[in-house]
Amino acid sequence: MSLNAATLDRDEPFYGHKACAGCGGSLAVRIALKVLGERAVAVLPAGCMSAVGFNFPQLCFGCNAIISTFAGTASMLTGIAAGLRAQGITDFQAVGFAGDGGTADIGIQALSGAIDRNDDILYICYDNEAYMNTGIQKSSLTPFGARTTTTPAGKNVRGNLRPKKNMFEIVAAHGIPYAATASIGYLPDFMRKVEHASKIRGTKYIHVIAPCPTGWGIPTDETVSIAKEVVDCGLWVLAEYENGNFTLSYRPKEFSDVRSYLKKQSRFSHLRDGDVETIIRSRDAKWEAIRKNFTNRQEVLS
Amino acid sequence: MKPYLRAHVPTALSEIPDATAYEAGYLVTKNAGWRSVRPVIDTARCVGCLQCYLYCPDGVIFPKDGKVAVDYDFCKGCGICSKICRPGAIGMEAEK
Amino acid sequence: MPRKFLSGNEAFAEGIRLARPQVISAYPITPQTIVVERLSEMVEDGSLQSEFIHVESEHSALSCAMGASAVGARAFTATSSQGLLYMAECLTYASGGRFPIVMMNANRSTALPWNIYGDQRDSLSQLDCGWIQSYAENAQEALDLALMSYRIAENREVSTPYMANLDGFVLTHTYEVVDVPTAGQADAFLPAYRTDNRLDLAHPRNLGFSAGPAYNTAFKYKEHTGLLNAGKVIAETEEAFAAVFGRRYTGLTESYRTGDADFILITLGSISGLVRETVDRLRGKGEKAGLLRLRYLRPFPNAEIAEAVQHAKAVAVLEKDISFGNEGTVYTNVNSALHKAGLPLPSSNYIGGLGGRNITAGEIESIFEDMKQGKTGVRFLGIGGENE
Repeated sequence: MSLNAATLDRDEPFYGHKACAGCGGSLAVRIALKVLGERAVAVLPAGCMSAVGFNFPQLCFGCNAIISTFAGTASMLTGIAAGLRAQGITDFQAVGFAGDGGTADIGIQALSGAIDRNDDILYICYDNEAYMNTGIQKSSLTPFGARTTTTPAGKNVRGNLRPKKNMFEIVAAHGIPYAATASIGYLPDFMRKVEHASKIRGTKYIHVIAPCPTGWGIPTDETVSIAKEVVDCGLWVLAEYENGNFTLSYRPKEFSDVRSYLKKQSRFSHLRDGDVETIIRSRDAKWEAIRKNFTNRQEVLS
Repeated sequence: MKPYLRAHVPTALSEIPDATAYEAGYLVTKNAGWRSVRPVIDTARCVGCLQCYLYCPDGVIFPKDGKVAVDYDFCKGCGICSKICRPGAIGMEAEK
Repeated sequence: MPRKFLSGNEAFAEGIRLARPQVISAYPITPQTIVVERLSEMVEDGSLQSEFIHVESEHSALSCAMGASAVGARAFTATSSQGLLYMAECLTYASGGRFPIVMMNANRSTALPWNIYGDQRDSLSQLDCGWIQSYAENAQEALDLALMSYRIAENREVSTPYMANLDGFVLTHTYEVVDVPTAGQADAFLPAYRTDNRLDLAHPRNLGFSAGPAYNTAFKYKEHTGLLNAGKVIAETEEAFAAVFGRRYTGLTESYRTGDADFILITLGSISGLVRETVDRLRGKGEKAGLLRLRYLRPFPNAEIAEAVQHAKAVAVLEKDISFGNEGTVYTNVNSALHKAGLPLPSSNYIGGLGGRNITAGEIESIFEDMKQGKTGVRFLGIGGENE
């Protein structure tokens, strides 16, 4: 039976946390932990989810959970998996939840090392496209054009000039057993991927886009709808990598309007027509490569 | 295990653990005070599709009698539930 | 007890084999490499049942060890110099988390300039990171400390990580005949690790959390108390060690001919052997010389130092370290002990062995001569450098 709202475990292992209202990252963590169940052992580096979930004596994880160093999500997961294995314990899920900065910047070395060793861990990157916990600074997963507090949009420079690092394909290039992208706008797809990953031995990586109302400049009730729209307009791709093959999880029949997606977010409010055209060109180039290299999976998203 | 509110808040030196290790899911504060608006469920309109339960970042909406209900101790009033509800069964009302 | 011809690194590896860590995570750095090479061979040949993790950095080495410790496994890592500094963030993390990891540190100079040889600036720069710090004199002591380290660190009243320091090359790479205990002896001495400070699938816990201004001081007080408790536990552990293995150690310090000494040289690590010989030679000439070897720098032996030097006319501290802009770190600590004990002794500080520079018997003799002449201040051995 596939996972959906009705079949998902009713337990709430991430509860009472102090994330901002409408936080996409906390939704990703909550849903993944519901899928993984009580055998999950969670590692969260310095970042939003650890800051909002672990302030003694307010401890918001119902399962085993620990904060790691910022750079140490993957290496601590490795130690946890090895330490449990050494004690003869095998029925657990070591799962990490790191943000975009904790994954693609400061944590990429440890992540690469863990994949290289094929440690039996699940690494979930909740990507809100900037260092939100410290006040919205640019990370290497901040998209082109976005205004952050370290890529201001002024007279000379209009926000972030660099494209988003392609973590999914960087991870896949290691020959990892399983990698996937997801969005908190399409939770059944995310849940299926988490569940699938949990059944694979070796290193698994899931990159879930998780909008941040505070950092993106959207109302708190639009987190989920904007997370759908980023997929629908083609700027974020839902896909999987397994056994050396890339598979597209969902191909929009036609892309929704990129301008409409950008206009809803104050972090893009300064963009000019030329900038938007640059974004659309880069999207089209990305999809051209996907058409060549990815196979299709017939999946109905809801 | 769902974290839940505890009656006791450890404060004395002897109650504070020797290591940074403590019982999982130990809550001592609510989030209700964050809210300026609250979701109100119209159970007559609710079809029990559970999309609001699924997409709630705080997990405060729970299935109840084929419909849903809200844990107002921990709801922050983000409004995602109201927006995602296709039958329009969740209204957002100002907190007084 | 079999006797083997072993280097310091190899002796330490033998001690770790006997301590049976369940997880070993390590990244190579000269002059630490041989200890992890030997351990990987022991895992390969089955003489050590352990998860050997080939991490991609020292930061990950200690982070991985913390993950293992956080599920209640006994963990080991080893490093040196730049590697120790690279993992520095994890040092305070491990001690704050009260994870009783054991780490061997091969004492080595820190860049710049680049230098692979031994001095103690690496570990002494991390004196305040909340770890127990021991300094071995020879390969036998290195092996014995490896075995004792877990019993000390894992004691519930201590729960503090342990950094076992071996002077790079001078100790790590020189060979001695070493008694290697049997596995049966080691098992009789060292119980399995049991702790509540762990993620537990039967009783879920949240670890490594934040503690704001209202709570932070309490956690830091407990961390400090745990490290202080190590002093007592070290003594108990050495007593138990002597009962099983027949070798007796002397706690945080080792006094040599200090009882009636007028002039006492305080030092640490492998140079102590040459100082001991020099003391004997001076005694032969009728000089009342003595040696106080600091076996542990944390917890700091305040009372032991005061006790040993109370009747002396002067003390000097010889260390392979300089806290730039002040003086040797050990010297600062020793002076604090003297001051607290109300011992207004003339004291002086000798900085030697930096970057592996040889310290000669003549230089050590000259330190005693300086003490006799009432010299104070900070001197850099072998180059004529002096700061009053």
